[in-house]
Amino acid sequence: MAGTAVTPTRMVLNQLKGRLKTARRGHKLLKDKRDELMRQFMDVVKENKVLRERVEEGLTGAFASLQVASAIMSPEMLEQALLYPRQSVELDMKFRNIMSVNVPQYSFTTRNNDPSEIYPYGFAQTSGELDDALDKMGRVFEDMLKLAQVEKTMQLLAEEIEKTRRRVNALEYVMIPELEQNIKYITMKLEENENSTKVRLLKVKEMVLQDAHNFK
Amino acid sequence: MLKIAVIGGNDTVIGFKAVGLEACPASNAAEALQVLRDLTREGSEYAIIYIEEKLAQQISHEIDKHKDSPTPAIILIPGREGSLGLGQNALKEAVERAVGTNILGD
Repeated sequence: MAGTAVTPTRMVLNQLKGRLKTARRGHKLLKDKRDELMRQFMDVVKENKVLRERVEEGLTGAFASLQVASAIMSPEMLEQALLYPRQSVELDMKFRNIMSVNVPQYSFTTRNNDPSEIYPYGFAQTSGELDDALDKMGRVFEDMLKLAQVEKTMQLLAEEIEKTRRRVNALEYVMIPELEQNIKYITMKLEENENSTKVRLLKVKEMVLQDAHNFK
Repeated sequence: MLKIAVIGGNDTVIGFKAVGLEACPASNAAEALQVLRDLTREGSEYAIIYIEEKLAQQISHEIDKHKDSPTPAIILIPGREGSLGLGQNALKEAVERAVGTNILGD
């Protein structure tokens, strides 16, 4: 703003012009970044929505089966049956770079690859519903993992977009107008100085001539 | 190697235990908070933590702390009583944060 003291000199003017140029370029770059992030973000959101619904549906089904199983079997039996899991999952995490945002990517390995091997109990003392519940659980698990990945990606992208959006707006509505205003102020001040110098010179010339030749 | 944990009521986590996830039973919010803090300590090897909606609701302040860091991912899952819609809420929140308004229209 013109209120903040800028010294109206040619050097400051040049500096300000340089800064304005940088600000404009930064603004354009950030705007492009924001747009691309937004595009990616919308894809992720859509994927997340689908996965979320599928996981919730799958889990509800699995829990229902488990409920039935626990109604048929005694709680002690159920606990005993599931006490030592035969299956274990090992997770591996890599990072993927989306527009300089690091998002996690999971891949997992299970100890038992054979789906019929996951039951940690003998079939004699447990009910079929429990098998059913575990089967459903095993199937929904893969989607759950994907959901975790997508949801985290979404959160990280949202944060980055928020940050970028703020920067774009700060440049567009504060930095750039302020610089422009200052440049205008200095240009006008310099012109004014120039004018007064010119007038003064004319005046001095008149006086000198009058002195020398006694002009009237 | 990284691990996956599930925090929830005893009935909820027992099923996940069978498919190879680490089960962390917690019967109330205070316990859940304690467990979550333990799991998210510095140098922890848990990359994904699933947490039951009902419990998550009460300790959301702790969960929000991890929102902006790449690990761990804390994901809400419905409990035995079915979905409370909080998971969908997280989606809406993220959209609102990024766009400024809710553009999904629900």
